[in-house]
Amino acid sequence: MKSLVCLKQVPDTETQIKVKPDGTGIVTDGIKYVINPYDEFSVEEALRLKEKFKAGEVVILTVGPDRCTEAIRTALAMGADRGIHVNDESLNDADPYSIAQVLAAAASQEGYDLIFCGHRAIDDDFGEVGAMLAELLQLPQVTLVTKLEIADDTQSAVVERDVEGGKEVIEVPLPCVLTSQKGLNEPRYASLPGIMKAKKKKIDKKTAADLGITSERKLAPTEYTMPPERKAGKKYEDMEPAEAAKIVVEALRSEAKVI
Amino acid sequence: MHFELTEEQRMLSDTVYKWALNELGPVQEKIDEEDWMPPNFFRDLGRLGVLGITVEERYGGLGMDVLTEVLVTEQLARICPGPAMSMVAHVELCASNIQRNASDYLKEKYLPPLIRGEKVGAMGLTEPNAGSDAMALRCRAVRNGNSFILNGSKMFITNGPIADIVLVYAKTAPDLGPKGISAFIVEKGAPGFSVSSKIKKAGMRGSPTAELNFDDCEVPAENLVGDLNGGVAVMTKGLDVERVVVAGLSLGISRQTLDYSIKYSREREQFGVPICEFQMIQAKLAEMYARYEASRNMIYRAACLAQGAGRGGKGTQITQLAAAAILYAAEAATRNGSDAVQIHGGYGYCLEFPVQKLWRDAKLLEIGAGTTEIRKMIIARELLRKGSI
Repeated sequence: MKSLVCLKQVPDTETQIKVKPDGTGIVTDGIKYVINPYDEFSVEEALRLKEKFKAGEVVILTVGPDRCTEAIRTALAMGADRGIHVNDESLNDADPYSIAQVLAAAASQEGYDLIFCGHRAIDDDFGEVGAMLAELLQLPQVTLVTKLEIADDTQSAVVERDVEGGKEVIEVPLPCVLTSQKGLNEPRYASLPGIMKAKKKKIDKKTAADLGITSERKLAPTEYTMPPERKAGKKYEDMEPAEAAKIVVEALRSEAKVI
Repeated sequence: MHFELTEEQRMLSDTVYKWALNELGPVQEKIDEEDWMPPNFFRDLGRLGVLGITVEERYGGLGMDVLTEVLVTEQLARICPGPAMSMVAHVELCASNIQRNASDYLKEKYLPPLIRGEKVGAMGLTEPNAGSDAMALRCRAVRNGNSFILNGSKMFITNGPIADIVLVYAKTAPDLGPKGISAFIVEKGAPGFSVSSKIKKAGMRGSPTAELNFDDCEVPAENLVGDLNGGVAVMTKGLDVERVVVAGLSLGISRQTLDYSIKYSREREQFGVPICEFQMIQAKLAEMYARYEASRNMIYRAACLAQGAGRGGKGTQITQLAAAAILYAAEAATRNGSDAVQIHGGYGYCLEFPVQKLWRDAKLLEIGAGTTEIRKMIIARELLRKGSI
């Protein structure tokens, strides 16, 4: 199995996000970045396939600034074989469509049996790139994958996906695009020997021009704001319990509108 | 002089912390309450590849530096100092001493399973009546044909209840005093070797401690580590590195108690404001940070120096620096633990909050692997010998 894993570097889930005073984005100083957790599932799944079939390659593809090298190295330390890093100023703050364009251009330079994306990135939560990538590559896609079985002839796969209240099982021909959901696997930790080996693995650096792409963004954010501060609660004091209950129920119905 | 960590060292630190947070974090209360060690602890560490960092590659190690080992120790200790201490006993007191002193035969036999985490290591020096005065040990080993017969007991042995391989010091020529001590590898299951029940400790729980008993315990003569009557050389050769790595445990505690305190003091409100707005809390945070940074600088510098130091021991720069680093770091961690409990107030004193655990854990490191007092004696001895720093 030769797999391409599209990987995004995102702020650590512990990060306290602050919006810039002018509302054009978030303050990035001092943020610690990690691999998007859904992309970690992809890396793990691709590694397991390579191990199972005892053949193939796991390639990591990332679009982003210099700092993203660290995320690629981490995936290489987990066991991936090599990386492709598209690093171009014109793509900083790119929208999902531009990213999908770049990924598609990079993906079509080689043949892959499987292309993985996280089903969404935990920073902007768009969840659009995987689907757009599949369309641009004209490949079949299955989203929100929680289980993957490749047929022995490696021509197709049976995948399970989460649907409301149950599971859906789909057979899909290869090559295809899959988007990973929590539950697919438990990603491994990079080992110290893995970290040392990663240093010697190759990361191809590319620009948008190398891929023949000029960014055509479809979306541009107009403003970022923090969620409003929670208002103070209301106290109902000095009443009989029965009376208090009546007033609270009325408030829940007419003011809070939760019942 | 600068201590910029390499990209690999940073990545390793992050990975070990993440592992500790995800795998030990959810069970840290159980580890403390029940004095319980997760059953796969050593195998998992073996899989992470952190049990043979400074061991040569031909025995399954990575041939890397002391600083890298310190970083792993520090990160693990942030979440669970107890199991982290067990790792240090396994790696430093057992495996590293074997690597430095044992014959090729013993290294080939014992190092690979220790590094894979399939076997657990320990070291037995302290006895019921020989602690700081280690040379007063009474455990005896007498040659008998192709074996040595051991009699005596060892006290407060980290990993005692679970160890498969123990490096034991015993007197082979009692008349020669310190020059009559030898080191042996004793395997679990050796005839006449038994382990008492687990000793209950105030902290560092999850790191099992026991008394070891040798009652006509037969050890093959080939299990002699180093020269006959050369036990003190075995003991001291790695002592400086050992102190630096053990100090990493205190460093992890200092850091984590500060992290918890910053977070809590920003959330906890009294008199209508977060308590971090009070200068007395701020002073504590500042002092805790200064202690952490001072410890870190001493330990990292000692680790770098230990790397290139070769011999170590009496009369070397590394001996006084390593002793100073562990002396300071251990006291700093206890102090940070105490301040963290104070900042957390009533909640900090409750067993549900982890700061009190770190506080109890920290205290051991002023006692184990050499007491604060012995560390001071070593530093003073070195200073007075040279007449200057």
